[in-house]
Amino acid sequence: MILNMGPHHPSTHGVLRLILEIDGENIVRIMPDIGYLHTGIEKTCEAKFYQQVVPLTDRIDYLCPLTNNLCYVLAVEKLLGLEIPPKAQWMRVMLNELTRINSHLVWLGTHALDIGAMTVFLYCFREREDILRLFEMVSGQRMMTSYFRIGGLALEPPLGFFERVRDFAKRFPAKVDEYENLLTGNPIWGMRTKGVARIMAEDAVALGASGPTLRGSGVDFDLRRDMPYSSYEKFKFKVPVSQDGDVFARYTCRVQELRESIAMVQQAVEGMPAGPIKADAPKVVLPDREKMKTQMEALIYHFKIVTEGFAVPAGEVYQAVESPRGEMGYYVVSDGTAKPYRVHMRAACLANLQLLPTMCEGRLLADVVAAIGSIDIVLGEIDR
Amino acid sequence: MPGQPPITDLEQLRSHPAVAKLTAWNSATVVGAKFDRDEMSIYLERSSIREACVLLRDDLDCPFNFLADLACVDWFPSEPRFEVVYHLLSIPKKERVRLKVRLASSSPTLDSVTAVWPAANYFEREVFDLFGVRFAGHPYLRRLLMPEDWEGYPLRKDYPVEGYR
Repeated sequence: MILNMGPHHPSTHGVLRLILEIDGENIVRIMPDIGYLHTGIEKTCEAKFYQQVVPLTDRIDYLCPLTNNLCYVLAVEKLLGLEIPPKAQWMRVMLNELTRINSHLVWLGTHALDIGAMTVFLYCFREREDILRLFEMVSGQRMMTSYFRIGGLALEPPLGFFERVRDFAKRFPAKVDEYENLLTGNPIWGMRTKGVARIMAEDAVALGASGPTLRGSGVDFDLRRDMPYSSYEKFKFKVPVSQDGDVFARYTCRVQELRESIAMVQQAVEGMPAGPIKADAPKVVLPDREKMKTQMEALIYHFKIVTEGFAVPAGEVYQAVESPRGEMGYYVVSDGTAKPYRVHMRAACLANLQLLPTMCEGRLLADVVAAIGSIDIVLGEIDR
Repeated sequence: MPGQPPITDLEQLRSHPAVAKLTAWNSATVVGAKFDRDEMSIYLERSSIREACVLLRDDLDCPFNFLADLACVDWFPSEPRFEVVYHLLSIPKKERVRLKVRLASSSPTLDSVTAVWPAANYFEREVFDLFGVRFAGHPYLRRLLMPEDWEGYPLRKDYPVEGYR
């Protein structure tokens, strides 16, 4: 029998349609059908100035806007050859780790909800609210932050921000214990996740899996540690790896990542360097408002950047960062003008979604829901 | 502001392990190379892409076992018009390399690498969908993001941003 699951289905995490060929309760074949959220962001980017692309990158993966911001600005900065001041780099790391926690909390809540553990959802969204308030405090926006700029950050973090972050970092590890109390030892959770939707390391690598989905299959690879960017090499953290390759393994990887990330947030707050938050590149970085009102030159640069953008030397760059879902990559091609010639986003979810048939074929229909949750897909990123 | 100018002379880049490996296999495979901003790009001859990928994937010293990305760039109106770009990653060696194949607009077709990395499946479908580049030997070359009955290839440069209407 052919069964249609989605595009509107509570446990497909967005508008994903699965065409299932089933024999009783068993999956014979499974075919994802995507494209319902396609907005043509890559095409839109080609019509914008480099700095105007930053808000577009938020919309790709709406659960980790700052990671997308970071990946894009790093790519353009590499094209420009810009040196970023340490404070901006540390802020970027700190906010990215908060984003990772935010994204993992949404994942944990919805994933548990899918499999039938209702309470966890409320717990996770309680802490997520704290993180969104921090984002709002620093950037003025809860979700579509657009806080990173080519050359640094948009704004100086407000007074009292670091105290709030420190306070959150102190409270959070106990909350992770709470989630684990609800799930890790829970026999029902174990039955729904252990040995389910298994994928072996070779298959995962060949199919292009990355992030916790890859590490859940025992491949010890994390871009933050192995190919560091934005001064990640100055942070101490462990990369959780699990050997089993099942839903439970991916769950443990992500929950351990929550603990590692909050420790990194703490390191970032404690060791936050002083200094400017923007690179010294007047042709690329907008001047301070104060200078713009008092200095002729700053006013001219401001006017030029806003009206005609800035030219980026011709070339091409592939920049990858470790997003909560895996390798997020931006391939930016410049032809020497003020608008990118081509921006291509490597979406971690698009590759991870290809694992679904290998995970589910031959298993039960109910396991499909657990498998989708465990690869943590965001359809905005898949369809772009 | 950029530091070093790009090195585009193939002779200077012969010592790069991936270039050396490919030229040792078949000297006609590599038609050019570029080292720019710490990234290595190798231009390959069209017909050799699949064998070249197998060779790099199975290399014992530095196996590029992970296909990170597959994209396409349209250089309309210049010829050869399309550039299909493969980003390979070596998980054990933590190295990246970029492979490029140039295609003329008269026959934008090349071999699929789905047999080398199954990951290429969606990536190639996406390139086919948005650029109209065909991949010979792909198991299911259908549109991925756009509707089945869509006309035109939206990411081509001669396709207007607002679409045809």
